[in-house]
Amino acid sequence: MRLSSKTITLLGLAVVIAIAPVFFPSSFYYRVGSLIFVNGLAVTGLVILIGYAGQISLGHAGFAGIGAYACALAPVHLGLHPALAAVLGAVLSGIIAWLVGRPILRLKGYYLAVASLGFGVLVSMVLANEAAITGGPDGMAVEDPGLRGALKAIGIDLSNTEFWYAFSGLVLVIGAWLALNLYHSPTGRALRALHGSEVAARAVGIDVAGYKLKAFVISAVYASVSGSLLALQNKFITPDVAGFMHSIEMVTMTVLGGAGSVIGAILGAAILTILPQILTVFQEYEQLLLGLVMMLVMIFMRDGLLPSIARRLRRGGE
Amino acid sequence: MSLLQIEGLGIDFGGLRAVNDVSFSLKAGEIVSVIGPNGAGKTTLFNMISGVYLPGRGKVMLDGEDVTRLSPHLLARRGLSRTFQNLQIFHAMTVLENAVVGHHLHERGNILADLLSLPASRRSSRESEESARRLLDRVGLGRAAEQEAGSLSYGALKRLEIARALALKPRVLLLDEPAAGCNAVETEEIDHLIAQVAAEGVSILLVEHDMKMVMRISNHIVVLDHGEKIAEGEPAAIARNPRVIEAYLGAQATEANNADG
Repeated sequence: MRLSSKTITLLGLAVVIAIAPVFFPSSFYYRVGSLIFVNGLAVTGLVILIGYAGQISLGHAGFAGIGAYACALAPVHLGLHPALAAVLGAVLSGIIAWLVGRPILRLKGYYLAVASLGFGVLVSMVLANEAAITGGPDGMAVEDPGLRGALKAIGIDLSNTEFWYAFSGLVLVIGAWLALNLYHSPTGRALRALHGSEVAARAVGIDVAGYKLKAFVISAVYASVSGSLLALQNKFITPDVAGFMHSIEMVTMTVLGGAGSVIGAILGAAILTILPQILTVFQEYEQLLLGLVMMLVMIFMRDGLLPSIARRLRRGGE
Repeated sequence: MSLLQIEGLGIDFGGLRAVNDVSFSLKAGEIVSVIGPNGAGKTTLFNMISGVYLPGRGKVMLDGEDVTRLSPHLLARRGLSRTFQNLQIFHAMTVLENAVVGHHLHERGNILADLLSLPASRRSSRESEESARRLLDRVGLGRAAEQEAGSLSYGALKRLEIARALALKPRVLLLDEPAAGCNAVETEEIDHLIAQVAAEGVSILLVEHDMKMVMRISNHIVVLDHGEKIAEGEPAAIARNPRVIEAYLGAQATEANNADG
């Protein structure tokens, strides 16, 4: 049987996630790994928005914030299980994305970038200022969902970092599977078509505003789940998760690796999650080096790392 | 009864009357060409009919229904499809995918089925793909199916746009200079294709500068100059009309007549 490129990509991703721990010198690396997966998930959602549909959002951390604080607040105030709270956060993010996106996506141009920027700032300000509910800038604790305990009961005993590594990795593979399914589906083609030419997309009957909105809502749900995962594994959350810098980071990861490619963007997330850990040695120069890397990639590899390298290899092979 | 009826259509850009009071109609299976010098308002007229511009005056009737203010995707749903003078190709997609996208309105399923790659979604994609391959064969691009669309020649992209527009199974097809940039052989192929499509009952509205082609395949010709309709009629009558010759045809008309004779 011939494997499709989708299957190969997913198998590759799963194998890398499963085998990487063999090379981990200490348990700290599980922690870095699960952070990569959490970022990778948010970035996979942005691939659908930026890479497929060609729309930019500068406020996706706002949705990560909603997902994270849903996990912190819903168990306390609504008595929901933290895992269900993550689902609630995702639904809430989807609805808010729909409400925010609907009026904006009817307009052409950069309105989405500006409006989402405003939305992100709004969410992080609310989280920082409503100290009575959210604990303000000091953040608040998040209940343990007890999933690890459940696994232990059936005989799988993982350390805390091992569990979150495996669980976030699984969620990322599922997220990548959904995004790759979408790519070759009628909806994915409609998104890529409107990215290529909006007039032509309209002429073949694609409801351009409607499809942009779908992409925005889906990517918001991805960001929300990513925020929930972060809150649950850290067991603590601060408004920084919804901050402007986090939004910028997400877009940077997406574009660095290659916005059009799920694996490329996950690679971007991995690089930008690991680099700061390595660069702590040159702490003062960390931001400088990151900026430099970003500029070099944009100048010499405008489609992002992975698509550019893949193209060069293909050309070399011919 | 006419399938597409244009009544007193007009639009101004600032103080400029780009198109004014243009009326004509198309029956099913008829090929009507709009000709006129550059800047006469042909493409503007197309953009109004296909919903890209909102007309300032007048009406567009499709099969008896007033569709004047409908957006392009709703017009597509009612069976009106078009190609573009300045190519509008999905460059990052393959040739096949470009043709598949044309099937958008015939694809079933929903976003959830697409995310989960449910059988309904996969079947829908497969059906579109089979039909797209047939259309690509028909316009002579069958062998280029897997190439990135951006790598095709100008003439091939023109044909790809026609394949994409045909994928909608339109009742009315607007072709904006389909033969521009094509060599003589390609032009003849497009010519045959248009005649075939019309023979299947699709009404075709054509803007084209190749006068031989226009004279050969049109049932009816509408002549625009400075945004106004200055003449309309059968090709032979248009070719003899002194106003038309003065405004536009000139040497080209005599040439086409000689070619016909």
